[in-house]
Amino acid sequence: MLRYILGKLALIIPTFIGITILAFGFVRILPGDPVLVLAGERGLSPERHTALMHQFGFDQPIWQQYLTYLTNILSGDFGTSFSTKTPVLRDFLVRFPATVELAVFAMIFAVIFGVAFGIFAAIRRGSWFDQLTMGTALAGYSMPIFWWGLLLIIVFSGTLHWTPVSGRIDLLYFFKPVTGFMTIDSLISGQKGAFRSAVSHLILPTIVLGTIPLAVIARQTRSAMLEVLGEDYVRTARAKGLAPRRVIGLHAFRNALIPVVTTIGLQVGTLLTGAILTESIFSWPGIGKWMIDAISKRDYFTVQGGLLLIALIVMSVNLIVDVLYAVINPRIRAN
Amino acid sequence: MSLLEIKNLTVSFDTAAGPFMAVQGIDLSIEPREVLAIVGESGSGKSVSMLAVMGLLPNTATVKADRMAFDGVDLLKLSPSERRKIVGKDISMIFQEPIASLNPCFTVGFQIEEVLRFHMGMDRAQRRARAIELMKLVGIADPEDRLSSFPHQMSGGQCQRVMIAIAIACNPKLLIADEPTTALDVTIQKQILDLLVSLQAKYGMGLIMITHNMGVVAETADRVIVQYKGRKMEEADVLSLFESPKSNYTRALLSALPENAVGDRLPTVSDMLFEPAPSVAGASA
Amino acid sequence: MTNEGPATIEAATVVKPQDARLQMFAEFWHYFSINKGAVIGLFVFALLILIAIFAPLLAPHSPDDQFRDFFLTPPAWQAGGNAQFLLGTDAVGRDMLSRLIYGSRFSLAIGFVVVTTALISGVILGLLAGYCRGWVDTLIMRIMDIILAFPSLLLALVLVAVLGPGLVNAMIAIAFVLQPHFARLTRAAVMAEKTREYVVSAKVAGASHVRLMLVTILPNCIAPLIVQATLSFSNAILEAAALGFLGMGAQPPTPEWGTMLAEAREFILRAWWVVTFPGLAILITVFAINLIGDGLRDALDPKLKRS
Repeated sequence: MLRYILGKLALIIPTFIGITILAFGFVRILPGDPVLVLAGERGLSPERHTALMHQFGFDQPIWQQYLTYLTNILSGDFGTSFSTKTPVLRDFLVRFPATVELAVFAMIFAVIFGVAFGIFAAIRRGSWFDQLTMGTALAGYSMPIFWWGLLLIIVFSGTLHWTPVSGRIDLLYFFKPVTGFMTIDSLISGQKGAFRSAVSHLILPTIVLGTIPLAVIARQTRSAMLEVLGEDYVRTARAKGLAPRRVIGLHAFRNALIPVVTTIGLQVGTLLTGAILTESIFSWPGIGKWMIDAISKRDYFTVQGGLLLIALIVMSVNLIVDVLYAVINPRIRAN
Repeated sequence: MSLLEIKNLTVSFDTAAGPFMAVQGIDLSIEPREVLAIVGESGSGKSVSMLAVMGLLPNTATVKADRMAFDGVDLLKLSPSERRKIVGKDISMIFQEPIASLNPCFTVGFQIEEVLRFHMGMDRAQRRARAIELMKLVGIADPEDRLSSFPHQMSGGQCQRVMIAIAIACNPKLLIADEPTTALDVTIQKQILDLLVSLQAKYGMGLIMITHNMGVVAETADRVIVQYKGRKMEEADVLSLFESPKSNYTRALLSALPENAVGDRLPTVSDMLFEPAPSVAGASA
Repeated sequence: MTNEGPATIEAATVVKPQDARLQMFAEFWHYFSINKGAVIGLFVFALLILIAIFAPLLAPHSPDDQFRDFFLTPPAWQAGGNAQFLLGTDAVGRDMLSRLIYGSRFSLAIGFVVVTTALISGVILGLLAGYCRGWVDTLIMRIMDIILAFPSLLLALVLVAVLGPGLVNAMIAIAFVLQPHFARLTRAAVMAEKTREYVVSAKVAGASHVRLMLVTILPNCIAPLIVQATLSFSNAILEAAALGFLGMGAQPPTPEWGTMLAEAREFILRAWWVVTFPGLAILITVFAINLIGDGLRDALDPKLKRS
């Protein structure tokens, strides 16, 4: 088991280096004079130009620039934003909890409904329920979620006035962030109605962000269950006289879980992609919106740092999924 | 009273090409302590009728019978939950592929103790003790350690022993063995058969042995039913069947043993039955 | 052995005449048409292609004509609607229906161009990796892993930020992020096929490396590539629309569906139709293609065929 994890870790190192090269190279391939592009200033004096050249390290050979970059990253320096003049890492960490909160809620939503629909569709294979669920799942998988979000806003915020349009909480509530998770912080603050407000702000973004993962998980769960339900050990479980709930919920599902967990892990990337769009629609102050703003403001150091940080997160999540996969699959665990 | 009594059992499957009759009007009965063999080629419906008794057929199957009584209780008249109290406890079944028949995600101990929990209502310590006892009974060394093994860490023969342990865990009155040795090595086959027969004698179970292997029949059975394409061809005690088979099909089956091979070619049942001249096609088991 | 080689190849070509192809297609169609959804998807997709081709004939107005008296006119069936504008008009008085009809041209073109680009580059890289193995393989596949480590839309966004916003750059960026999937698939298929008898015999017969890769091995890897191409087609349309929505794809006044949505955003609570219809068009197109993809997978994947 330990060797398995170490093996996976060793595989990550070249990918990590590759990611840093890509993030490093990104700034170099920007067209035009890098100093002008990065500084976002026009008509620099030659002295200022040289000073900036030196500040960015462009006067050094390229390999040395890369090494400096790599060392900086390893010591936690992901660059400094040109528009806010704050370290990119700090900007990132301020916004990251908002994205995590949204992503966690979306994932819980997607897993609960996806797994449940997938299992029932598999049990009633070919029934109208199965066909309807799988048709809907494919439609969900085909969903342009930025439009889906707008549509939900029209219906639930604009017409029915059930949910707020944007943000994380009503502006009349204010408290110091403790964990960064609005649902938890609102509870800690003890302000009346704050938690309710935080949750109501989460509902639509959760649905929008969770839609595609839900569809994918439902489809994967169904096909994994169908495969597993035909296995001999499921027949054995039934031959033991166990109730269908236990045969399906334990014996079959425990095995179907293996591919489903892999799928869930792969959805983390989808979730971050979706977060960019969802946060942009609901003005959700997370890393997705931060990246979009940075790109439109041409704040390239923020883009560079954010790109790298996000890639690192995806990579770490993939590693966790690999480990989790080994934990739930005895055949890997034993070797 | 017979242990199991089946009258006029019919099983049909819904397929894309219309209903397919897998079992057509089979009568069958087995007495307590008796060993009954059901013989036939693959596709003869011999497993299907026993899966029907266990209630293990898929939803596409329709089971009809005038009577399907176990220990005097008509199984077809029971509710599913009443039936599950009998299945796995008083009637149990083992299958052809022992490794695939055990759940790869759970330890062997968990899978044995599961039946003890649901049918016998034993507590944790009792289950553990009984599981160790069962492992010893079926001849697995180091039972305490082996209980925490996963199926993929064991051989096919060991897995079949575990399956037998699960099957006899609740002291069943009837054990159905569906080709229990087919997937195993020849040397292991003999061990498993001996184990089954000795356990049958020791606990006085009825044993139904489903097989296509006439050698297995000769070695274990008291009485034999020969089935072909879902119909019963012949029923006889084992001695008279081997000495004077009444139906043509049984004769053909007997002469299709590998011992009767001519040259490179194995004889097939269809050679004996329908085809005047040997065909070019290969032998079927 | 060497003498037998050419004979084997010749024999192989002889048993594969035109009607064998036809039979293969008939078998494929049999499995494909079992899936009703796939047939519906194919029908819708064919319809979309016709709409795109005959857009100038079908559209009641030019997509860029601004009718000054008809800003944000609701669809014809609603109060205040105008029969002249079936699906209403947008904020500068352009006919929604006409813009949607012309928009189909962009979406389909994006799909075709992106998939072709990603397919060709991915297949070449995958072939090289799977065929050469060694350091070539390691290098190519590592790079693919790195590309896949980034969320696809984010990477595409950043690439567009580098290249400059616009439809062509968006397509390049999307093709870039989609192509690792083709490379991986091709590599896996090539490695599986490489050791097969027919490849060995072709090699013994003296086939060149290029011939082995392109003529002998590649045709046998085609099935999973077709399925992936279909999925990528729908992904490309979605991502291009997302880029357009974020202002990084096609630029206004192009009647690209995602861009139309971006322009409509500020009117969502006032004029539902400017938001609803472009998104619906994207959804229907992508859904149809994904239905086809499912059908293709069922029909082409021999592993799933039996179940």
